[in-house]
Amino acid sequence: MAENIIEVNNLIKNFGKLTAVNDVSFNVARGEILGFLGPNGAGKTTTIRILCTLAKPSSGQATVNGYDVVRQQHQVRESIGLVFQDPSLDIKLSGIQNLRFHAMIYNVPSSVREQRIKEVLNMVELWDRRNSKVTTYSGGMKRRLELARGLLHHPKVLFLDEPTLGLDPQTRNRIWEYITDLQKQEGTTIFLTTHYMDEADKASRIAVIDNGKIAALDSPAKLKASVGKDIITLKTDDNVKAADEIKSRYQIDAKHDNDELIIEKAGGNEFLPLFIKEFSVNIQSISLRRPSLDDVFLKLTGHEIRQEQAGNSFKEMARRMGH
Amino acid sequence: MTGLRAIYIIWYRDILRFWHDRMRMLGSITFPLLFLVIFGSGLSSSMQFTQLSMDEFDIVVAGGLSLPGDSVFIKMPIDYLDFMFPGIISMSVLTGALMGGASLVWDREFGFLKEVLVAPVNRVYVATGKVLGAATIALIPGLIIMIFAPILGISFSIATVFKLLPLMFLLAVSLSSLGILLATRIRSMEAFQMIMQLMMMPMIFLSGVFFPLQGLPSWLNFLTKINPASYGVAPIREVVLGKEISDPLGIKLFGHTMTMWENIAVLAIFGAMMITLAMWSFSHQE
Repeated sequence: MAENIIEVNNLIKNFGKLTAVNDVSFNVARGEILGFLGPNGAGKTTTIRILCTLAKPSSGQATVNGYDVVRQQHQVRESIGLVFQDPSLDIKLSGIQNLRFHAMIYNVPSSVREQRIKEVLNMVELWDRRNSKVTTYSGGMKRRLELARGLLHHPKVLFLDEPTLGLDPQTRNRIWEYITDLQKQEGTTIFLTTHYMDEADKASRIAVIDNGKIAALDSPAKLKASVGKDIITLKTDDNVKAADEIKSRYQIDAKHDNDELIIEKAGGNEFLPLFIKEFSVNIQSISLRRPSLDDVFLKLTGHEIRQEQAGNSFKEMARRMGH
Repeated sequence: MTGLRAIYIIWYRDILRFWHDRMRMLGSITFPLLFLVIFGSGLSSSMQFTQLSMDEFDIVVAGGLSLPGDSVFIKMPIDYLDFMFPGIISMSVLTGALMGGASLVWDREFGFLKEVLVAPVNRVYVATGKVLGAATIALIPGLIIMIFAPILGISFSIATVFKLLPLMFLLAVSLSSLGILLATRIRSMEAFQMIMQLMMMPMIFLSGVFFPLQGLPSWLNFLTKINPASYGVAPIREVVLGKEISDPLGIKLFGHTMTMWENIAVLAIFGAMMITLAMWSFSHQE
């Protein structure tokens, strides 16, 4: 069994003159959560569509669970579960009927079918609503049902395309609990796309994707560390004296900001307890801010993740119309 | 997964959806019933169709008796209602079968199609399941109309119903395949419905539902013969009315009156072509 459950080499996808995925290569290890982070139109969904056999690459190769996504579509489809960005439920059927259809079409043995359906419905807390038609479900319930459906056949890899888009924070948190539980308990590999920074933070590794290219691929902590130092803000009885002491003791220039001092220091979380212990000036307040993935994205791409969205909506439209 | 099982699952879902939405059926039986009641009853009484006795009819068929008017139509030993009844059954099957493609357009519009396309199932089986689902549902209005028929004074035996079912199913499968084929390429529900309406009306009018395909102007004659539905209506009429009565109404190709099995063969070949194209088209979409 290969170490990497997904291997992507020099993947390119063109839609006419537009290059949605531009020479992308990466691997996903078995059992990890890989977050694909980028603005709309960056090529996230197109990459997922290729890996799920819904679109063919213009060039390059990709394998999922050891199977080629072009030549072994059937085996790839058996290996994966998918929660789409747009709803894909049969709203005229009930929740449980949707799941039964899925179980049958994915060849879940009938001896375990009802048991598994009950398990996944309980997990997403929809067991009580199982007989209601999906039309009567809220947006969050639909997404939870799709998640349950994606897990029903115990896929090796679960693809989640913007699984929490447009959901309220409470539902988002709950969905994330399911996702992380699943990864821990079942060892399912999870490949997800998002443009929420706080969500990407929960991944084992993050691929920052922009304009069809991968700008960086690493753990959230390392990505943040690559951006720069932690930021410590403190307020003391005598800021001038404090700045002098910081300069002489740690060779750091502290910046004055109104009545506060700002210092930048790598490994701030280890530095802080030591600093407080040693410091002679009385500290009134102190806080540590670590660089966020927003800072990472800004540094890697030169723009903020949100700003791109208006400009990219046309690209997104062209991408959708392309197939 | 075996092909049959996959076909069954796709078929079963469409039947289940239909069952949830069965009031929709009211719409699809209203039109054929209205035609039957209003046209059938209205025309046969107001137009004074000559009804011959069976003996007189035999003489007409043998060419020994001339009656005013040239048409075979008025030389029938039946009234217009009886003539139209098998046509109306065919019409309800045809309408339902063509519109069956809407389920595929719906699946695409509401996103459910992705769930099917990404599943480990050969798309040929998916297309087959869709066709069979649409065809099965298309039979139901025809059956309901048969239940109503005795009320209108139309009589037929239970044996006739069992002979009709395979013919209705063949017509349903052939036209559902056409409907599904079009649905694989038409992306919006509005466009699909418009195209279907445009196709359906000429197909119904030119299939022998309302008038026998005899003594027509040559352009009309040509259109009725290239209409696949004509070859579905003829055998159904033959089963209901009997060979003796329906033979003079039969489709004549190059001077040869098509037998029931020849009609069935034409329709079956058309159906086989359509379902093959539908499978191909469904498999070759992103």
